[in-house]
Amino acid sequence: MAKSDLIGGALWEQYSSKVNERMSNPSYMGDITEEEAKKLGGKLIVADYGAEVCGDAIRLYWIVDPKTDKILASRYKTFGCGTAIASSDVMAEMCVGRTVDEALKITNLDVERALRDDENKSAIPPQKMHCSVMAYDVIKKAASLYKGVDVTSLEEEDIVCECARVPLRTIKEVIRLNDLKTVEEITNFTKAGAFCKSCVQPGGHEKRRYYLVDILNEVRQEMENEKVAKGLETKDFSLMNLIQKHKSVEQVLNEKVRPSLLKEGGNLEVVDMKEQDGMQ
Amino acid sequence: MERIYLDNNATTIVDPKVKDAMEPFFSQMYGNPNSLHNFGIEIRPYMRIALDRLYAGINAKESDDIVINSCATEGNNTVIKGVYYEVIRNTGKNGIVTTQVEHPCVINSCKFLETLGVKVIYLPVNSEGIVDADILREHIHPDRTALVSIMWANNETGLVFPIHELATLCREKGILFHTDAVQAIGKVEVDVQDVPVDFLTFSAHKFHGPKGVGSLFMREGVNIPPLLHGGEQMGGKRAGTVNTAGLIGMGYAMELAIQHLKYENTEVRRLRDKLEDAILSIRDVLVIGRRELRTPNTILAAFKGVEGEALIWDLNQRGIATSTGSACASESLEPNPTFVAMHISSELAHTGIRLSLSRFTTEEEVDLTILAIRNTVERLRSISMKNRSARSGDTQRLERKSKGNM
Repeated sequence: MAKSDLIGGALWEQYSSKVNERMSNPSYMGDITEEEAKKLGGKLIVADYGAEVCGDAIRLYWIVDPKTDKILASRYKTFGCGTAIASSDVMAEMCVGRTVDEALKITNLDVERALRDDENKSAIPPQKMHCSVMAYDVIKKAASLYKGVDVTSLEEEDIVCECARVPLRTIKEVIRLNDLKTVEEITNFTKAGAFCKSCVQPGGHEKRRYYLVDILNEVRQEMENEKVAKGLETKDFSLMNLIQKHKSVEQVLNEKVRPSLLKEGGNLEVVDMKEQDGMQ
Repeated sequence: MERIYLDNNATTIVDPKVKDAMEPFFSQMYGNPNSLHNFGIEIRPYMRIALDRLYAGINAKESDDIVINSCATEGNNTVIKGVYYEVIRNTGKNGIVTTQVEHPCVINSCKFLETLGVKVIYLPVNSEGIVDADILREHIHPDRTALVSIMWANNETGLVFPIHELATLCREKGILFHTDAVQAIGKVEVDVQDVPVDFLTFSAHKFHGPKGVGSLFMREGVNIPPLLHGGEQMGGKRAGTVNTAGLIGMGYAMELAIQHLKYENTEVRRLRDKLEDAILSIRDVLVIGRRELRTPNTILAAFKGVEGEALIWDLNQRGIATSTGSACASESLEPNPTFVAMHISSELAHTGIRLSLSRFTTEEEVDLTILAIRNTVERLRSISMKNRSARSGDTQRLERKSKGNM
């Protein structure tokens, strides 16, 4: 909370003038027919993508030159809010003149950047970033149709936050390298979870495969285990913490003592450990 | 550009007559009504007139209280939290029954009490969008239910709930009944002697009064502690220097609202119906809730294939102010809870827009709006892929349900 949060409702004021312009006068809106594709000597690709929870949907039309893989024309139809229309329009424009592989590299982040008036100021408010993701997903769908491959084969890696396109690998890395302890820290480092917040924890706007809370827990646990393991490796009992000492005692018992006891039908259990001077 | 305001369920224009009546209470008669001197003395007769108008407006008895506060949100908080302190903490009754379609100030006050251990039941609406007496009867119990809180009319749909029946049912069982009447004042008759409510709340700015002032009606004999503690204003029931200009404006706005009640139900209704008929003449359109069950000023319409935020954005470009419950227009991207409660399919939950008129809405404005809606729906449908009949000339229509699951 701060002074800037006290007056709410600033959704539309945060749209850039380019977003407004595209919403009012979208120039790549429409469909492409087989005849048009024939005229240009290309292959017609029609790809549908829908974000179920949002109710948003998009259909992307491409004419692709089969010899060069170049996208000769691109148009779209969309059911979505103003931001979705503006994003789709810029996305369709960006496809024209690129090869299918080049188009595949266009992300929602590129689309958002293209809509900025000022390169340092976001074109849309954070929660609407989500509406631009559809534009990226439909390109992937169109490319998979053109190439005749399954759409999942075009996924380069697991994306945790679709709004900011942050992969799982990056998130795990920053947690380790910077010893991050909270989800807010992850967001500050990577922007993951800063937009529609679906990926922060279950129960958000959209169901996700990975959630930041789980990744954080998992990596922290891994780091903890490694620390213990490292402690064991040092073999210097006096440098270990209590848990490590406990583990190493257990380890010795397991390796050296327990097997022979078990052989005789007996066993043993460590009930407690007390530190005293000289315990080694 | 001429602007057209069709968002009167959010707030209304202050009637210029109301503004004039308030004027002297800023820089001429600015005394504190609790002062002993003449600056205080001269205010009190005007306050009395304003109170008389409020009492007359809802037909309250002299022995009842109408506590002046800042808004209905404050009144609703006072009732719900007051019942917690007075009843729930002192008796075995630990339950509140409300609905899934209440204003956030009721829902979130109840959610807060849930964190303190109160059991809250959120009743669904039926297929017509109404909370009926049968479902309420099933969920209340004199030994467990401390309070029932149900709005008089819904802000999104304009649907008027059977408050007489609901309140009578609670009265028979000896259960306290509260109604948020914010969308009812000036649109339907509100008579607290006819309808046995114990608490009733409203805000002035919804019926052409100023923002920042509201009322809490409490029937004689009903006792709850104040939400704001402090001085002895409002007989100790709401501390804080009274917003005198606001009270005077609210009193006059109430009198004017009652005077225009007939106009609202004839002229405003006629204009609303004209607009609604024009909307229904567009293909694939759904209007939520039976017309005769709604306040005379409200339309909640869904245009297939047209996303709500895009539609109200377009209308705003044309100078027309409307609102949407579409998820895309909210901070959280979640659909409007009223839509969810009414089992409106997720696609429609993204296409709903609300048009709400007032007695200041003119025929010309309605005509311009009809044109603008036709054009903007056509434009957005030409962009939309969920517009199956746009090119093929398919004339199949969505069934215009007068009721039923949307």
